[in-house]
Order: sequence, then C-alpha cells, then structure tokens
Amino acid sequence: MNTTTARDTTAAVDTTDSHPTVTRRGFVLGSGAVTVGLGFGATGLAGCATTPPGNASFTPIAWVTIGRDNVATIYSAGSEMGQGTMTALPMVLAEEMELDWAKVKVVQSPADPKRFGNPRFGGGMVTGASRTVQGYYEPLRLAGLQGKLVMLGAAATAWNVPVAELRAENSTVIHAASGRRISYGDLARTAVAPAELPKVDKTMLKPMAQFKVIGKDLPRVDLAAKTDGSAVYGIDVRLPGMLYATLLPCPVQGDRAESVDDAAAKAVPGVKAVVVIPTGVAVVADSFYTARKARELLKVKWTTASRARRYDSDAAMKDYLARAEILADAGVTFHSAGDAAQRIAGAAKTIKASYTSEHVAQFTMEPMNCTAKVDGDKIEIWVPSQTVGFVVGGVAAAGGFKPENIKVNITLLGGGYGRRVEAEYAVDAALIAKAVPGVAVQMIWTREDDMTRSKPRPLAAQHLVAGVDAGGRIVGLRHRVTAEGVYARVAPPAFRAAGNKDAPVMEFSETAYDFGSHLVQQCLEDRGVACSFWRGVGPGYLVFAIETMVDEVAADGRKDPLQFRLDMLGKAPRGQAVLREVAQMASWNQPRAAGRALGLSFSAAWGSFIAMVVEASIQNSRPVVHQLWAAVDCGHALTPRNVQTQVEGSALFGLSAALGEKLSYQGGEVQQKNLGAYTLLRSNQAPRVNVKVMPTDHHPGGIGEVGLPPLAPALANALARLNGKRLRTLPFPANMA
Amino acid sequence: MTQMTVNGKAASTTAPTDKPLLWVLREDLALTGTKFGCGVAQCGACTVHIDGVPARACVTPVSAAAGKRITTIEGLAQTREGQALREAWIAEQAPQCGYCQSGQIMAAVAVIKQAKGPLTHQQVLDQMAGNICRCGTYNQIAAAVVRAQKALG
Repeated sequence: MNTTTARDTTAAVDTTDSHPTVTRRGFVLGSGAVTVGLGFGATGLAGCATTPPGNASFTPIAWVTIGRDNVATIYSAGSEMGQGTMTALPMVLAEEMELDWAKVKVVQSPADPKRFGNPRFGGGMVTGASRTVQGYYEPLRLAGLQGKLVMLGAAATAWNVPVAELRAENSTVIHAASGRRISYGDLARTAVAPAELPKVDKTMLKPMAQFKVIGKDLPRVDLAAKTDGSAVYGIDVRLPGMLYATLLPCPVQGDRAESVDDAAAKAVPGVKAVVVIPTGVAVVADSFYTARKARELLKVKWTTASRARRYDSDAAMKDYLARAEILADAGVTFHSAGDAAQRIAGAAKTIKASYTSEHVAQFTMEPMNCTAKVDGDKIEIWVPSQTVGFVVGGVAAAGGFKPENIKVNITLLGGGYGRRVEAEYAVDAALIAKAVPGVAVQMIWTREDDMTRSKPRPLAAQHLVAGVDAGGRIVGLRHRVTAEGVYARVAPPAFRAAGNKDAPVMEFSETAYDFGSHLVQQCLEDRGVACSFWRGVGPGYLVFAIETMVDEVAADGRKDPLQFRLDMLGKAPRGQAVLREVAQMASWNQPRAAGRALGLSFSAAWGSFIAMVVEASIQNSRPVVHQLWAAVDCGHALTPRNVQTQVEGSALFGLSAALGEKLSYQGGEVQQKNLGAYTLLRSNQAPRVNVKVMPTDHHPGGIGEVGLPPLAPALANALARLNGKRLRTLPFPANMA
Repeated sequence: MTQMTVNGKAASTTAPTDKPLLWVLREDLALTGTKFGCGVAQCGACTVHIDGVPARACVTPVSAAAGKRITTIEGLAQTREGQALREAWIAEQAPQCGYCQSGQIMAAVAVIKQAKGPLTHQQVLDQMAGNICRCGTYNQIAAAVVRAQKALG
C-alpha cells in the first residue's frame, strides 16, 4: 500500500494523498487556545476515512492510522516550506506513541482546522511565526500517548491481561510476564476504538531523558522527492484538461481595470477566456506561454484613484524617521518596565541613535500560484499556502462560495518566509476559475508579477535613547518604532483586542535584557500599501537596533561586549549560556588576522535563545563575512541537525537582506521587478557556518527564523570594530568606505 | 513539430517553436521537476542539459532544442552521476524548501564533470553562484558536491 523502504530510521512521505472534504471553520487569529489532538474519539473520525487502499486499518486517534502491515500513517498539519515540519511534527507523535520510525509514512493532513488546527493560532491551520512545533508539541505528545494507551488497551482485551502489565515499543505491545508480543499492525485487525479516549495529562508524558525519537538526527522525510524532480509543489499540480492562466496585475495596488480591449488577445489560438477581476486582467489558455503572449496584446486602462499612488518609500522613510525622533509623539506603548523616561533623564549620560530598515521582498523561489476548479457551487483548490483559513476565508468572501463548499489541498511550498500567509493569489485563481467552470485552471504569477504584487516587510524607522550611569551600565532604554502595521490590516480584531499593539511588527522588542527600565513605543503608519510577514518580521530590524546600540554603549564605556551582555542577562541564564558558548566557539578573545574583526550579538525570540559571532572584513568597500558561529538553545531540539540548518539558512537570509535587499515604491509602484534590480545572496558570498545546538529541558521554541535577527547586528558590530563606523541602515550602504 | 531526445527517449511537440523549452517540458511532456523561478535566466531553477551542457530552459526556445539531447532532473536521477548526487544531497540533508534543488543538481553535475581534480568546498561555492537558493543551503550543497565527486571517483 505504500512505498516505505525499511531503511532504518527512514520514514516515507506521500504528498499526493487526497483527502475527503470535511467541515471547516474560519480563521481565528490569536483568539486564545483550544485543545486539539484530544477527545476526538471514534465519533470524530467519520470524516477521516483515509483508509489505506485495499487494506483494513485502525485509527486510534485522528492523527494516525495503523495499517495491517504495521505502517503508521501520520498526518502532518503544518505547511512544509523547507523548515522540516513534515518530519518534526510526526516525530513528536511517534515519540509518545512508541512508533517504529522506520514504519512511519507521513501525509499532509486534510485542511481541517477543527481536527488539525494550531492552538497557538486560536485553532487555525497557520504555519508561521515559528509557532508550528511550539503550538503542536504538547497536543501531539498527548495525542501520541493516547494512541499508545488505545493500543495497550486493545492488547489487554485481546490477551485478557491488565493494561498495567503491558508496555509498548517500536510499534509493538509487549507482555513481559508471558513473553507475548503483538505489533500495532496485528492489533489493528481487531482493535475497536474506545467510546472515549483515555484521559491523559502532561504529568504522564515522558521525561526528556527517555526520548527515543525527539533529539535524534532523523533524515527529513521530504528530501528524497526533492532530489529527483518528483516533489509536487503548487506549480506542479497537473489535472486532466487543465488550463493555465496569467494575470496582468494592476501596477498599483487598490486600482483596477477601468476599460479593457481584449480583442487581439482573444484572437490568439489557444486562448480560452479573458477575465477581469479586481486585481487585474487574466488570460486563460491551453498553455502558460500562450496566455503570456496573449497578455501582451491586452490594452488596459487602469483607474488611478488608489491612495497607494501617493506612496514613495524613500519619502516615507524621511517622515517615519522624523516621527520616531519626536519623543512627544507617544504612539502606543508596546512594553514598559519601570520609569524609563525618568531614569534616562537622571542618567549620567545618554546615547541615542536612529535606525532605518527598507522594505524587503520574500522572493520565494516558487512564484505565487494556485490551481482551482469550480463545479457548480463547489470549488476545489490546490495551493502552496501557509494558511488554510485565509484561503477559505478569502475565496468564500470574494467568490461567494460557502466555506463548506471549498476544498483546499495544501501542496509543498517552494519557500514561504511569510509571503504565503496571506492568500490573495488563491482568491485570484478562484475568481478566474469561476469564469471557466468545470475546468481546472492553474494561475501562475511571473516573477515580475510576484514582485509587482509584493507584500513586503514594513518600512521601519527606529529611535533609541539609552541612559547610562557613571559605571557605564544602561539604566534605561527608550525604543521608538515607526512602521506600517501588519495585524492592523490583516487581522483587525486581533489587533484591536491587543490594545492596538501590532505583534508581528513589534514582538520580542521587550528583549531578555534587564535594562533597569525600558519603554517601547510603536508609532503605526498606513500609507495605503499592504505590508506583511517577512521571515522574522519585527525582530529582523528590532534586534538590529537593540544589539548595535548595546554594542555601542559597551564600546563607549570601554567594556567587553560579551561581558556587557552577560551582565544584563542575570535573570536569563539560558541567554548567558549561549553567549558563553559562542564566545568559546569563536575564540572571542583571540586576536584575528589583520583586517578582520569579530562582532557579537544576541537574540531571544520565539522562545529560543541564540548568540552569534561573525568574522568580517571590508574588501573593495564591501563587507565580507568569512565565518559565522552561533549557539542556540531552543529547549527540546527535535532534530538538532535540522535546527542547525534552519539557523544557518535564516542567518544567510538575514545576510542577504543586510548586504543589499531593498524594495522601493514610487507612485505606489514597486521599482524592482526581478533579479538584477533586486539582489539576493549567492553561494560565492556564503560564509562558513558553525552552529551548536544546546538542548535544554524546556518546551521547544521556534527555530525557522531564529538565525535571522542576530546576523545584521553581529556583522555591523564587527564592521564598527574595523573602521569605527556604526551602521544604522538595513540594507547596509552600498559603499563602506 | 519539434523533435528531440528527452532523457534518452524520442520526444516531439507541436508547440510553437518560440515556446520556451521550460514550458514544453512542464506542460507538454509532464516533466515538472524543472522549475520556473525568475524567467530571465538569473536564478538557475530551470537548469537542464542540452547535449550535456547546462542551459537555462526558461529562455531557450524549443526550436533551439530541435534534434538535441535534453536531460532533465528526472533523467539525470536515473544515471550513475544522478544517483551519486542524490545520495550525497540526502546524506548532507541539503534541501530545505527544495524548489531550487533540481537546478542545483543539474548545475552540480556539470561542475563535477568539468573539475580538473578534487573540488574544495570553496571552489564549489564559487562555481555554483549562478544558482540561487533562497533557503540558504549553499554550504550543504557544496558539501554534497564534494561528497558526490568523491563517490564518483
């Protein structure tokens, strides 16, 4: 029934499984936790009949089905976009359920938030903000334990022995007293799901010392298909009779086609339809190539009423910077500890600085795309998306479909980095498909379309004022941020419920440091241009400002940047530990070769602690990173090797941004439409990277973004040691001389 | 009608002669392993081999492939070199999102073929700069190329 190879510790993956439609519910962002994985019982499984074909099987809990061949098919609820969630989440379940990992098959779960939602997103199926392992960890462990108890109960019934005499390991139940053993697969032939699942609680979970799966460097289940071309991303979906669509987008968001002359486009052989939708004009054809050629023949007059047309990002930056520096503009207090204003006023010395960070694009290598097929009042969607709820909600609202008539299939994602949290591309595809009912249509954005319709990280200006006492210690820090909002636009109810605090823009600005007193103020802007999630979001610029300012204050007081940070982390021993470790790794106190210097930084975000050192030089007026060391404590590290590569990858993502990524708008129109104008880090710029994972007995923190925030400040701090100049802009200036 | 050899088999298409090879492979020949990334030959996601030489399928009209031998990731994976690269890629756990990796592997096989001797990690990084990986797997890719070259002997 499956292709699982019995290579030790190798689980198989099947990303092509189809799933029955089940009821969904809307996307609720941050509305509080719900319990998932528990109490599904037999009654909850009616819609979950993914019986492996031709093989009776048993589903002890909603997350897993045991086949007669003893293969456990586990649902993975997160969108796999490279972070390894498709391996990590099933491992958590397998740990407590005592599954033999070599007999595990992983499939993408149905898009059913009711059963597979993330409690850290109020029960929505959202993959983002480094919350997948964080949100599912405990529910999946408890569910796995329930699964094990169901299997033990089935064996107890079969053998007529007390459950207490049984134990489970490697997908097998063992009765030590009689020497009997039975595989989960054999039990699946006769097992009956109990009317009520066993009651479990946190105290019944394994201690860290007993982990068999968690903490092991198991190979990722999705990689074999990613090396032979067989992995199916959204753009690879193929359906019988499928058509292709391209969408000529309005050059400026918020405007729309006023008049369209499509006669020439329609005359192109192979063109099936021209469809005007709010975001542009689509051409549907028998080939994407045909559609694109025909699109060039469209004559479209756009409206010019959009507010975004007045947006010029360079001019906006000047406004934002000015606002950040006006202390009287209190904005919204995001975080306050002690009376920072008073402590700064009474300090022996103040050090202040302003920082800017430009818009940046996610530039997923797979451009936005979506395949949709309309049948009557129903629609089926195949989409590489981070958020089921936004797909359903958007398509329901724009397309007039009832949520229960929308079936969503999440494919592999060719990169996410926050770009695929929102789902406007799915709305486009649904509206286009509606115009050609009964036929599947795959809409693909060209790279230029993808850039034109950027949802960049907010433009941000920051102003920091540190009060320093006679001993050189920070006694108060005032941190002011002017930037566009994200939640304010994407999730207004959550934004308002949080007292108008925009979490993605500002979160973790409270830091793990004890500054004596601390005031963080958020001044939100809205210029009619949609800004959104970008790997790391707020900490990408917030930590840059904090860590370069901390370094500057340390240097001003002639203090060791390492000791200076350690002294402010007395209440965060995990933070101190990663700093000490990275200093050891990088030989922090050793002199470097001429023309080279080390820079240090620290970040505590998404529940993980990281310290980073980079070794840099300046060559031809450009910064060069030679080596990078990082020590990270993310609590229980599911697969340390994957943690390493996630830290490395996010650090390189941050390096790419620091060295040269800038997305700018003029008259509301994106100015960089493709590579060349928008530069990305290439392999010949990649430093050697050394990451040490330091697992501790804590709930896992997030890991997909953790390496990004400390990169830019570590590099800036290294460069300041080389030439005495403090860098306060992201990206760094093109010329360092 | 354009005729060519794709992954060792005769293939033909009635697509317009200016249709890029990329879309012929993906739409007409159901070979979706070759990816669309930038469309302007800058990212390398669409790298295939034409008569053994790496080419950017997104800017190669199918007419330029007429009568030639085209190798895609699907075909390469069946060869000795392809197997060695796949095994090395998996041993180094190189892919993350994986979208660029078909192109990376197609570029890597050429780097290995052209190598005058054992490749160093840095040489691979320098020679693979035409292929972008947004996930930042460059070091894992370089380690995999070094490993594959050793395995191929």
